[in-house]
Amino acid sequence: MAAEYPIHEYDVLVVGAGGAGLRAAIEAANSGAKTGVVTKSLLGKAHTVMAEGGMAAAMGNVDDRDNWKVHFADTMRGGQYLNNCRMAEVHAKEAPARVRELEAWGAVFDRTKDGKILQRNFGGHRYPRLAHVGDRTGLEMIRTLQDHAIHQGIEFHMENTILRLLTDGGRCVGAFAYDRERGRFRVFHAKAVILATGGIGRAFQVTSNSWEYTADGHALAYLAGAELLDMEFIQFHPTGMVWPPSVKGILVTEGVRGEGGVLRNKDGKRFMFDDIPDNYKSQTADTPEEGWRYTQGDKSARRPPELLTRDHVARCINREVKAGRGSPHGGVFLDIAWIKEKIPNSVEHIKKKLPSMYHQFKQLADIDITQVPMEVGPTTHYMMGGVAVEADSQMSTVPGLFAAGECGAGLHGANRLGGNSLSDLLVFGKRAGEFAAKFAKEKGAGTLPKDQVEDAARVALAPFERGAAGENPFTVQHDLQSLMQDLVGIVRQESEMQQALEKIQALKVRAAKAGITGNREYNTGWHTALDLDNLLTISEIVAKAAIERKESRGAQFRDDYPEKSTEWAKYNLRVTRNADGSPNVQKTPVVPVPDELKQVIEEQAK
Amino acid sequence: MANATFRIWRGDASQSGFKDYTIEISEGMVVLDAVHKIQAEHANDMAVRWNCKAGKCGSCSAEINGSPRLMCMTRLNSLPLDQPVTVEPMHTFPHVKDLVTDVSWNYRVKLKLKKFQPRKPDAPDGTWRVQQADIDRVQEFRKCIECFLCQDVCHVLRDHHKHDEFIGPRFFVYSAAMEMNPLDTADRLGDLRDSCGIGYCNITKCCTKVCPEEIHITDNAIIPLKERVVDEYYDPLRRLFKMFK
Repeated sequence: MAAEYPIHEYDVLVVGAGGAGLRAAIEAANSGAKTGVVTKSLLGKAHTVMAEGGMAAAMGNVDDRDNWKVHFADTMRGGQYLNNCRMAEVHAKEAPARVRELEAWGAVFDRTKDGKILQRNFGGHRYPRLAHVGDRTGLEMIRTLQDHAIHQGIEFHMENTILRLLTDGGRCVGAFAYDRERGRFRVFHAKAVILATGGIGRAFQVTSNSWEYTADGHALAYLAGAELLDMEFIQFHPTGMVWPPSVKGILVTEGVRGEGGVLRNKDGKRFMFDDIPDNYKSQTADTPEEGWRYTQGDKSARRPPELLTRDHVARCINREVKAGRGSPHGGVFLDIAWIKEKIPNSVEHIKKKLPSMYHQFKQLADIDITQVPMEVGPTTHYMMGGVAVEADSQMSTVPGLFAAGECGAGLHGANRLGGNSLSDLLVFGKRAGEFAAKFAKEKGAGTLPKDQVEDAARVALAPFERGAAGENPFTVQHDLQSLMQDLVGIVRQESEMQQALEKIQALKVRAAKAGITGNREYNTGWHTALDLDNLLTISEIVAKAAIERKESRGAQFRDDYPEKSTEWAKYNLRVTRNADGSPNVQKTPVVPVPDELKQVIEEQAK
Repeated sequence: MANATFRIWRGDASQSGFKDYTIEISEGMVVLDAVHKIQAEHANDMAVRWNCKAGKCGSCSAEINGSPRLMCMTRLNSLPLDQPVTVEPMHTFPHVKDLVTDVSWNYRVKLKLKKFQPRKPDAPDGTWRVQQADIDRVQEFRKCIECFLCQDVCHVLRDHHKHDEFIGPRFFVYSAAMEMNPLDTADRLGDLRDSCGIGYCNITKCCTKVCPEEIHITDNAIIPLKERVVDEYYDPLRRLFKMFK
């Protein structure tokens, strides 16, 4: 084997070059580890680039009543208390330092009048907390991290995809990969591996996620024997574009609502006022006027119902559409143009605060958002579930295997607050890098398993042997996306999810017969066939976990169990792989909340 | 349902040429949608780069009917569809396969440029105070999505192949963002004059024309940098003062 494939030796290998991956690589390299980064796309183009809203950090620059305790309580409430409270605590405490560090590395945030980093309002956050640049904060983050990382002695392998994690005696010792450009295999021999591969949105038809979000890290970890957690919780962002079809699913940032945008049905009614959940009533405005004042920084006002948590807003929109009160193309109206009644220079204001939204709608839908409302509807956006990790070190249940960012689980519980992902990437990316480097130093290198490498290569090349007679992998992916969208989406039901499981089995049979023509060089059909296996593995797990949790909570809503259950409030769901390859879904008690943190939650509930 | 024909550049270094594909098109489709349809139905092994499909990642750069554009932001109803739409890879970078080119030169160039070097934080809380008015122009430059269309269209690179002596519009924007950043302390003027080749730019503004983020590359980045270089090295009065310092 050593003669066949090139072997790259690293102390720490990072899989994925988004916010979490880059931050982890920087920390590992700065800790003295020889660090390599593998990324499916080109450097600087990971899905992080799409993030619009901002990074949530309790710096108190706009409202000095804010501190880590309020942020922690907001995160726990948003997650419906299924969160790993230690992760939520660490995140709230360390986010401000991570944001300031990013500024020191060159990030140019919008400023307050006294020259500090500006923070904006966002759904579920009590005080304005999101450090941002217009509506392109994700781009700012990834560019800053990229431009800093390239000078840290890290080796980057662009357009390389990991096929399998390699294990020796239960420990992760490296990874097997191919480079997309030439299709040649290579082995990464690493003392520690960090997964930072993002989410699973490409399993659904309507998604805001980029091409590369094919559940790779989730599947790799699962197959290597790691435990997954909270796999049933998929966030459907309430506002994605709906028209024209080519842009369906593309994100319309919550920031529009943070700047005063309101949701209306076809009768012009602000339907969000009709349904305010009990546990948010005391924090939500009573009148449209109060809601408007909140978005303009009035500290005595409470947030408008449009800024309730995403799971709730998405369900309300879904209900309006199903009831026939939606917009012409199957969404509802998001209107920011109306602020011309309140602000004299509203056109410039909107273009200044939401430039990429203005641009996106003008270019792709020929709509001027300063003049007319947008049509929006729910879109698959974020995966709360992922690799179960130890809160401080981000190590999975497989020694030597770490996970950070969206592909890790625990911080967000049953529903993620907007802005918490970008700060999650920095806080836990840094920790994963730090602890992976420590692990590498303490444990040294493991032994590469020759048989796993041979097997992985054989399986990867099989589609070429089936050739034109095999199944078209694009069609199989398309069919998976349809079925997940219809049967395991925003409103779930036992019989439909069971149907989904059957259909997924049928797709697995088809995927096993996927055939590819052409050679190995930049063969996107081949890449799709390989990514497909990850999507199918994880789609099955999502459906099984969703069936198991017989309640509605956070992002999971079930028609057949529409209420929260006090019994299920005590459990997360963990998934491991049985010997025959099937998923084993088990209840596991929610991480117990220590008394000091319980007190914080109670204080903040007042 | 109408049909349209797409003339796509297929092949690699050994053999390549245009191939025509005729497909059904629908309302609101962009060129990338058409390419995806062709990829899924007729050419499973088509090499094409894309990621976000919303004009934010800069992956899907191509030359559409001769114009450097992002495929995901080019609506079919903005193109004449009574004739084939040509879709080619960027000409200025080595061809890999079909619509994919080797853009690694850009990454090598960036590595050689002086990085951001901020002054020490001077506010009591250990951070900086920066006014919005002082960073508006820097923020314009940082909208860049590294699509490399500006590099593709610049004749200094595209026609004169000065890749060893000229960093290209993207990296003048990158340099300007740091030179004009109120926190940065490094001096890049000497490099801009010498190894970066700013003198080669003769402000034909093709870069500005193709930028999908509408960054005013020439007027806001390159010309001010040229002026700074000239002030520093070619101003006779300044040289006189320096002699007497």
